[in-house]
Order: sequence, then structure tokens, then C-alpha cells
Amino acid sequence: MRRYFARKLLIYALTFVVAVTVNWMIPRFMPGDPVAAMVARARVSQPEAVEAMRAYYNDLFGFDEPVWQQYLHFWGALLQGDFGLSIWVFPKPVADVLLDALPYTLGLMIPSVLLSWFVGNWAGALAARRKVLDNTVLPAGYLLTAMPYMWIAVILAWALGSKAGWFPLSGGYSLDIQPTWSTAFAVDLLQHWVLPFLSLFLVALGGWAIGMRNMIIYELESDYSSYLSALGAPQRLIRRYAFRNAVLPQITGLALQLGVLVAGALVTEIVFAYPGLGSLILAAIQNQDFFLLQGAFLFIVIGVLIANFLIDIVYVVVDPRTRTGMAGGQS
Amino acid sequence: MSTVPEPAAETAAPTAAARPGRETLHYAVRNPKLIIGFTVVVLLLLTGIIGPPLLDNADPNEYVGPQAAPPDGTYWMGTTTFGQDVYAQFVHGLRATFLVGVVGGAIAAVIAMLVGFLAGYRGGAVDEILNMLTNVVLVLPALAVLLIINAYLGVRSVPVQGLFIGLTSWPWAARAIRAQTFSLRTREFVDLARLSGSGTWRIVFREIAPNMSSYLFMMFILLFGGSVLIASSLDFIGLGPTEGVSLGMMLQSAQQWSALQLGMWWWFVPPGAGITAIVGALYVANVGLDEVFNPKLREA
Repeated sequence: MRRYFARKLLIYALTFVVAVTVNWMIPRFMPGDPVAAMVARARVSQPEAVEAMRAYYNDLFGFDEPVWQQYLHFWGALLQGDFGLSIWVFPKPVADVLLDALPYTLGLMIPSVLLSWFVGNWAGALAARRKVLDNTVLPAGYLLTAMPYMWIAVILAWALGSKAGWFPLSGGYSLDIQPTWSTAFAVDLLQHWVLPFLSLFLVALGGWAIGMRNMIIYELESDYSSYLSALGAPQRLIRRYAFRNAVLPQITGLALQLGVLVAGALVTEIVFAYPGLGSLILAAIQNQDFFLLQGAFLFIVIGVLIANFLIDIVYVVVDPRTRTGMAGGQS
Repeated sequence: MSTVPEPAAETAAPTAAARPGRETLHYAVRNPKLIIGFTVVVLLLLTGIIGPPLLDNADPNEYVGPQAAPPDGTYWMGTTTFGQDVYAQFVHGLRATFLVGVVGGAIAAVIAMLVGFLAGYRGGAVDEILNMLTNVVLVLPALAVLLIINAYLGVRSVPVQGLFIGLTSWPWAARAIRAQTFSLRTREFVDLARLSGSGTWRIVFREIAPNMSSYLFMMFILLFGGSVLIASSLDFIGLGPTEGVSLGMMLQSAQQWSALQLGMWWWFVPPGAGITAIVGALYVANVGLDEVFNPKLREA
């Protein structure tokens, strides 16, 4: 088990180093001159002012130092939690801007990911080898997984928000209410949360249901299932055994899907103008706020790494083979 | 499509098709999932190919019609707030979507095959290193990396978008190929090839790859669908190609100009439905293919 975790942690550490390096490299080695772009964006006409700004930005990025020193400085600043200053909301540090938005993204993602995983697995397990259910769950599942996240969000907003008027269309809370610890605000917050949550939940649901259905069918065909039914074990018991085995690949699948799920949350937030990381990224792109964009990138990477690690722990709890150092879960 | 299944299977037989190929075709034309999925994809592809030249205007973003008009006889899918023809954008957008799927899927498939075959066949230290690389890229959230890359790209185009999507989306496929190669490399026919002095790549492409060709093909389909979905997300965030139009960019402009609040459903429904139809049809066709290639799955 120690080997298992050591290996995992090594991979995550490497991934983090790669992510930071990519983050550092892209602005420096991409074709084009970000400093020139930023100076041009400020629309200053006097040549002295342009020169001063150029010097300021060069100093800020440390472009006048040797490359390896720039790289070390970048790490140094990062480890102190310094992500630079946002240009969009100027004097505010990027880390603060991101931390303000983070609760909204997490509040949206954690429930939708977990709930869709549980409900999807349950629906898929029920549907496997049951003709009528299978014929409804399977097509619905394929339709849902094929939908782009933002489209289902737009359709839900249109149907349940615009047409039916049940839920508000945009924002994290109403503009005429103060964010305080009150029931009125909590209700308002919840109302704004429902639609983005629902769209994230629905798209992810289909994939889990299909995966679980296929796994259960596979398990029901394996030798131990045949043996159990030959012994006369009730169908319920066989299905329970199959479920426990089928759930393992689904846990690994959750880790593999994290990137896609984050991407889905980002675009869904944009549709609903939900004040999380997705909306920040949109603002950063529209305002050419590269510090904010790069900070958001690192936040997402760190979040995904932590989630991966948590899933690894769950896997060890669920699969006894990893604990005794036998095969299984070697991914 | 399926009106003449019997002769179709027969005519394919004489052209060098050995028995397994003929059998595959026999089951392929009888598989409703494969036929439905395949038909939808081909119809949309044809729309993307034939549609644009039949239009009066070469530029789909030109302001041609009345503003914000619902669908009617002249403008089949209505017009945008600015009077752009949504149908014209849709057929051009289909082209961009198929192109990004092919480019992204192909590049990802090539990298996945190189890494997967090499790691699985060679094993040892090569496997360790490639496996580590695969795991690192696997854990990195692809869209976040693509955001950073595309934000710094001055001029963005559909092929470049496809290239970067391909470069970030190969790991799961590489892993699957590695596992398959691993199980094939100890078979007798591979040993025989090795004894007769064939090199690594010759064995991989002559002996191992043909034995998993159906698997590789299905993997490409999934990579294609994945590329289409990632590209649409990128387009929607505003990092789509700087020129032209794609289905994701149509959704983005509908969002940007509040089509939702204005109730202009004809602006945001077609592009999303197009993406869903392409990707969904590919998935369904893939299940059909699985049943065709894998005898175990045929009788449900």
C-alpha cells in the first residue's frame, strides 16, 4: 500500500511541476509579445510613457534576467502564494480574486459530480439485463453524454428559466440582496444554484449509467456469477457481488473524468454567469488578464490533483487487494 | 440504407475479401445501431460538404437578412440579431466541427499508438518512462491547458486547435493500447516473428496492430467525438478560431448577444443539436461496431 501511494504522489508531484513549467513557458516562448500587447491595450500615446510601461512589465516578469533565474523566481513567488496582480480588477492579488470565486465552483461541482455518479451507477446497475429499462436508459444515456455541457445548460435555462419562469437565469444571487448569513439569502442562493447544478448533473449522469450497465453485464457473464447461479444463489445476491466488482472501474473512471467535469463546470458557469472560476476565466480572456488566467489554470490543476488523491484513498478503502499489495488498482 | 442487405454482402465477397471480412460486413449491414449512427453522421457530413457551395454568400458571417427573424422559407433556421443567416453559419460550422474532430482524433490516435505500442511491446524501462508520461498528461486537465495555450496564440485556426487538442487528449487511448499490446506480445506468432528477425516496428505493425485493428478504429471514433466536444467548449469560452465560424462559436455568439433572454431559440438550438447529433451518432455507431466485431455481444 505504501508503494501504491508513493507512486501516486510521485505522479502528482511530477504533474504539478509540468503544469507550473507549462504555465511559465507559454507566455515566454509563444510567438508574439505579451508585453507589447499589454502596453498596446493601455492605449498610451506618449513614447516616454510607453517606454516606462515596457520597462515596468519587463521588470515585473523579470525578462531582463537569465532564463533559469526567471524560472526559479517564478517558483519562489508561487510557493509564497503570490500569483501576481489581476489586471481586470487591478490592484487585487490574483490569489484573492480566485479564492472569492472558488466556493461557487466547488459548491456546484462537488454535489453534481457525486450525485450524478451515485445515481448514474444505480440506474445503470438496474438497467443491465432488464429489457424494458435497458431500452430506455441506454438511449437516454447516449443522448446525455453526447450533449455539450453549455448546450444543455442553455436549453434548461430557456425551458425552465425563460419559458416557465421557475428559476432565475443568471448570477449567483439576486442583485437586490446583500450576501449575508440569512435565510432569505440562502433561499436566493439555492434558487440560482438549481439550474447550473441540474445541467452538470444530467450530462454526467448518462456516462456513468452506460459505464455501469456495461460493467454489470460483463460481471454477470464471468465465471463466479455462473458458479453462483449454478449453486442456486438468488439473483439478488449475484447482482450484489457483480455490483461490488463493477464499481471499481467506475471509481477509476471518476478520476479519469475529472478534467472533463471541470471543463463542463466552467462552461456551465459561463452560461449562467455564475460567479465561479468559469466566469472569471471568461473575464480574464476578454480583458487579456493573463495573470488571472494563469492563476486559474494552477488552481484547477491543484484542485484536480487533490481530487485524484482523494479518489486514490477511496479506492484503497473499497478494494482490499490494494491494501495487501496484491494486483488491482495499479493504474 | 438497409433495403438491400443481402446483395451488399454478396458483392463485397469477390474483391479479395477473405471470410472474416465478409462475415464482418454481413453483421454490419444487419446492425441497426451501426446503420442509424452511420447514417446520421454521413448525412451531417454531406450537409457540411454540399451545403456551403449552394449558398448565395460565401461568407456565413455576412449580414444578409432581416434582423432576429424566426425560421421561414428563405432563412431555414432564422437569422441572428445582426441579420446573419443561421443556416449558412450552421453548414459552415459543421465543416469546422468535422475538421477539428478528424485532426484532433487523428493526432491523438497516432500519439496513442506510438506510445501504447512501444510501452506495451518493449516493456521494462521504456514502459516505465512512457507510463509515467502518460499518467502525467492524463492527470493534467486538458481544457485548462488548452485555455492557456490558445489564450496566448495570436491567430487561431481550426487545424491548430485540432493539433493542440490531439496533443492533450491521447493518454487514455495510449493506456488501452498498451494493455492490449501487453497481452498480445507473448503469443506464438509474435515470438515467431521475433525469431525470424523482424524489428520492433515491423512486428508491431505487421503482427500486433492488425490483431487489434477493430479496437483501434473504435478508439479513433471516441477520440474524434472527444475532440469535437472539447473544441466546442473552447469555442464557447471565446478561444475559437479567429476567422470563420464553428458550431461552438455560434453558441458563443448566441450567449454573448443574449439570444436566451430574447427568446431567439433558433439561434442556440441548431448548433448544439448538431454537435449532439454528431457525437451521439458516433457513440451509437461505436456500440454497433463493437457488436459487429465482438461475437459475444451480438445476441442481446
